[in-house]
Amino acid sequence: MIPSQIYVIAGAGLVSVGVFAWVVRRHLVRRMMGVNILSTGVFMMLIGGARRVEGGPDGVPQAMVLTGIVVAVSATALGLALIQRIYDQRGERSVEERGPM
Amino acid sequence: MRGLPLISASIWVPLLGALFVSLWPRRYAARCGIGASIASAAAALLLVVAVALSGPRRERLGGWGAPAGIELWIDGFSALMIAMTAVVGGVVSVYALAYFRAKDSSGDPQRQEVEGRREAYFWRIWLLVWAAINGVFASADLFNLYVTLEVVGLGAVSLVALAGGRALPAAMRYLFVTLSGSLLYLLGVVLIYSEVGTLALFQAGESLIAGTLAQAALVVMVVGLALKTALFPLHFWLPPAHADAPAAVSALLSALVIKVTFYILVRLWVVVFPASVSQPVGEALMLLGLIAVIWGSWRALRQQRLKMLVAYSTVAQVGYLFLVFGLGPRADGSAGWQAGAYFAISHACAKGAMFLAAGAIARAVGHDQIEEMRGVGARLALPFFAFGLGGISLMGLPPSGGYVSKWLFITSAAATGDVIVVIAVALGGLLAAAYVFRVLALAFERAPREGAPSLRPIPATLGWSALVLGAVAVALGLAAGAPLALLEVGLPFGQSLAEGVTP
Repeated sequence: MIPSQIYVIAGAGLVSVGVFAWVVRRHLVRRMMGVNILSTGVFMMLIGGARRVEGGPDGVPQAMVLTGIVVAVSATALGLALIQRIYDQRGERSVEERGPM
Repeated sequence: MRGLPLISASIWVPLLGALFVSLWPRRYAARCGIGASIASAAAALLLVVAVALSGPRRERLGGWGAPAGIELWIDGFSALMIAMTAVVGGVVSVYALAYFRAKDSSGDPQRQEVEGRREAYFWRIWLLVWAAINGVFASADLFNLYVTLEVVGLGAVSLVALAGGRALPAAMRYLFVTLSGSLLYLLGVVLIYSEVGTLALFQAGESLIAGTLAQAALVVMVVGLALKTALFPLHFWLPPAHADAPAAVSALLSALVIKVTFYILVRLWVVVFPASVSQPVGEALMLLGLIAVIWGSWRALRQQRLKMLVAYSTVAQVGYLFLVFGLGPRADGSAGWQAGAYFAISHACAKGAMFLAAGAIARAVGHDQIEEMRGVGARLALPFFAFGLGGISLMGLPPSGGYVSKWLFITSAAATGDVIVVIAVALGGLLAAAYVFRVLALAFERAPREGAPSLRPIPATLGWSALVLGAVAVALGLAAGAPLALLEVGLPFGQSLAEGVTP
């Protein structure tokens, strides 16, 4: 197994963990962490895929991951601010889920 | 006109506007904001006119082409979407001017402070979202689409959160949905890139071959984008987010933001994925769309709150949009895709008008419980008339944009023999008539002698701007020639999937 495959497989694992946390958890901070793990998984798959190109690493996916990290950081900041505001107003860090209906 | 950087102007004018509004003192926010909105609408319409007159345009930002640089690219389809954003965005901006201003009359300084901040933030974020929406429509590569999509999503969440109170949990749920949706899209981009080694939309389409990888990429992208467009059964987040946001924001979300992900899906279908891969997924999306039309309309009929009714109606109308993924590839030429694009713009105007009207009505009545609006219609004739005009388009009555697009749907479905689509489109129109008339009938009942609800005065701008959008929705049925001609510029749907996009 070549190292880049390890990255891709581990990335896929992180994506599953992230999706699981997002769907199953109720605590908002945990769900926010789930989304973060999901994004890390996607980024790792990107980096792993980048190594497949012959003739050294490919710069484009790395630039994409950098942009993605910036997006993830700002999204996390927005999410945490919202969670704080919800806690201030309602005294709890979870939101009741209406079913898919 | 050829050499002017009109495409990038349609993005940086609202972006600069957002910066200006943020830098100026807060009491000037509304004045700066409306000025920037007018400038943005003008820049966008200039671009649309240029595309209509002289064909598709391409720009390389800073002189850098693909793969390292960012290329912007506009054809008739994107121009039509940018025009839709300019018209709806411009009218909603005028509405917002009165909507956020009229609130702080209570004289309570703390309340005024909160309202002032809300108004300032609305203008900053809305102009940012406008820039990002135009950015999506002008993007020619998959990753640029991701970045602009993410800006639209984060901006939309913040706009929902502006309402405070019960909108906060709705905004939170919306944030999780929009983040996961765009990450799934990005995962698809990763898979495509690892296969073809390019991000440019057209090059990727030329070299992507049908296979397991393409299939996996398509499935994750479709799930992510359908989640963000609120296709049944992934629509659970939409009604609370759209209904609990401030009315001006609800109109923007229902009219424009969900069209952004629809646009990306159509581009993926026509340009990137080979027909053999996308065909079965398209059939499944069409089936879900049919269920969404019926289910969303049925739920709309059973709502107690006016804004929830309009929001569930959006769930139903999203269903029509997804019919194109089944019809578009099979229909003769580009008739199916045209139906979808025309439906998108007429729904934007109609739903914009209905949310603006619902906001004006709720402001006057003090709540939006439908049952307690008995007999207020005569005293709120303007907003209810606007609501009805939007409703005409949703029902698909002639003359209206909704009629033209449903007619296009039905003719292309009849040509391909999809009788079930014809039935569902007709049934969806009937159900739309039922929920629109339920509201109108109640509102225009003779007012009860005692206990008639007392109304607060509302600025006339609220009713008039809703009416303007409703009138545009009807006008789209009278003058369908120009938008349909614009849609043909650059032949965005020229290569039908039946012929295949493979080299």
